[in-house]
This record gives sequence, C-alpha cells and structure tokens, in this order.
Amino acid sequence: MPDSSTVEHGASVAAEHEEHPAYLRHHFESTEQQADATNFAMWLFLLTEIMFFGGLFTAYLIYRNWYYPAFVAASHQLDVFWGTLNTLVLICSSFTMAMGVWCSETRRKKGLVLCLALTFILGLCFLGIKTIEYSEKIEKHHVPGFHYSLQSFTDPQSDPKVFNEYHDKPLPVDLAVHTEVYFSLYFLMTGMHALHMIIGIGILAFMIFRARAGAYTSGHVTFVENFGLYWHFVDIIWIYLFALLYLISRHQ
Amino acid sequence: MSEHNEPTQTDIAQAHGEHAHHIVSPKIYVVILLALLVATAATVWASFLELGIWNPVIALAIACTKATLVVLFFMHVKYSTKLTMLTVLAGIFMFLTLIGMTLADYISRAWGQW
Repeated sequence: MPDSSTVEHGASVAAEHEEHPAYLRHHFESTEQQADATNFAMWLFLLTEIMFFGGLFTAYLIYRNWYYPAFVAASHQLDVFWGTLNTLVLICSSFTMAMGVWCSETRRKKGLVLCLALTFILGLCFLGIKTIEYSEKIEKHHVPGFHYSLQSFTDPQSDPKVFNEYHDKPLPVDLAVHTEVYFSLYFLMTGMHALHMIIGIGILAFMIFRARAGAYTSGHVTFVENFGLYWHFVDIIWIYLFALLYLISRHQ
Repeated sequence: MSEHNEPTQTDIAQAHGEHAHHIVSPKIYVVILLALLVATAATVWASFLELGIWNPVIALAIACTKATLVVLFFMHVKYSTKLTMLTVLAGIFMFLTLIGMTLADYISRAWGQW
C-alpha cells in the first residue's frame, strides 16, 4: 500500500513538473495552493498593521476623552477641504489599483501600466496635499517637539502675519497646553500613514517598471494582487483618520 | 481524445485550478467607487450638523461602512477562501478585544478624575 501510493504520487509530481508554469515554486502542489498561501501571508502581515495602527487609534481615543475641549479646539485647526480632497484622491487611487488587479488578471498589459501609473500619480497628489497641510502647521508653529509655540494658541495676534491670514481665536492657557497632545497624535498618525504611502509609491514605481516588461500579465498576478491589498489597507486607515481627526468635532 | 494531446496553456491553468480564482468585474469596482464617494460626501455633510453625541457615532458608522465595502470588494474578501475570511475576522476580533480591555482598565480606574 505505502509503496504504490508513493509511486503514484511520485509519478503525478513528475507529470506536473513538466507542465507547471515557471512561477510555481516547487514546495507548492499547485498554483492555486501557492496563491492561497501567499494571500494568507499577506493578510497576516496586514493584521500586524491593524494592531500597529490600532495602538495609535486607542491612544487617540483615550486622550480625546481626557482632554476633550482641547481636542475639539485643536481639530478646528485642520482644514476639512484638504481632508475631504485627500479622501477623494485616495478612494480614486484605490479604484485605479483595483482596476489594475483586474487588468493583470485579464492579461491587459497596457491597461495595467495605465492603472498603476494613475495610482502612482494619485498617491503623489495625496502626499502633495499633505505637504500643503503640514507646511501650514509649520507656519503656525503647531508642530510639537519641532516647531511648537503655546503663544500661537493663547495669543494668536502675537504673530500678525499668521493672524491676518487665519484669524484664530485665543484659547485659555489650560486648554491651549493640551492642544500639543492632539498635534502630537495628529503628526504621529498621519505621519505613519504618509510613510506607508511613500513605501507604497516606491513599490508602485518598481511595479510600473516591471509591468512594462509584461511581468504581471502572463498569469502570475500574486504580486499585483497582494500589493493591492496593502494599498487598500492604507486607504482604510485614512478613512478612519479622516473621520477621527477632521470630522467628529467639526460641528462645535 | 483531447487529453492525449499536448496540453495548451488553458488546460494547464484549469488543471491547476486557476478557474477557481474569482475575477471581480470592473462594474462592481465602479459601483463601489461611487458608493465610497457618496459616503464621503455624506460623512462631511453630517459632520457640520449639530447632533451632539451622535456626531462621532455617525462619522464612525459611515467610516466602518466604507471600510467594509473596501475589504469585501476591493480586497476580494467576499470572493476569498474561508481561511482568508476567518483571518480577517480574527484580526478585527483581536483588535476590538484589545481596545475593549484597554478601555475597561481606564474606565474602572480613574475615568472622569483627570
């Protein structure tokens, strides 16, 4: 019994060896098994990312409850227009990425290169808008640990140039002191998100280069698909950042 | 007779189960894109209304809806294996458990005493 099954198995492996596609690694039985295993591994990586960002979100949740009035005042320093625009840019980039996966699956080389290039450009647009927002914070001395001035909150008129542009209302000292906590979390969370975007854009550049050579349009879609998972994950993080940092205190 | 011939690329693909790989159609992607854009408009609009305690609830509910759409359709979880679905659910469950335990600690010690 064991002998015959070994022989049978050996024969089938030999048969498969002759016909399997070049991208099938030898420790997998089939391309399907390989794709499933890679997909599973990618999701495990994303779970560690959820835990990582989850810690930041929990910190935000607790500090927001502790210093609620300061967080409301500080969140009004953010411009909903830029936040909304960035959300739209990122959602569109997720769509172009999803279309890229489809092009890869249906073996459309030109379509894939176009979709990846659009995703790349939209990613850069996001970072450009983020730069506009960050530079405003630097101008207003709202960057903790680098460029932070309590006076800019308690007495906005002390800097006439900034005041004439933004007309901020002065805050009491005990409240102004805790805006620093908000901005620390703001820069930490959006900064980590932006870092993920920068890494993603780097990988996109590499993928565009490879896609032009036809790398992902001959049946092996795993790389494009798993990068898509990463890109959509980064999009989801922003969906929550946008709601929590920009929107939930806006009405007051 | 055909099985004795030289296998074509499609035959190999099917023998290796590539037909099981579900390709999500662009139509679904477009519908999801539109839904996400509408939800974004809705959440920005709702944030300017005076709804008291419901403001953060609505903002988070819309954010969760958007995230669910992205996970199910853009990230193909709706068409994935049970293993992937279980992995995603395990991650969400773990995340909520950790947040819940952290909050339980804060609430039961010094909530409101800062």
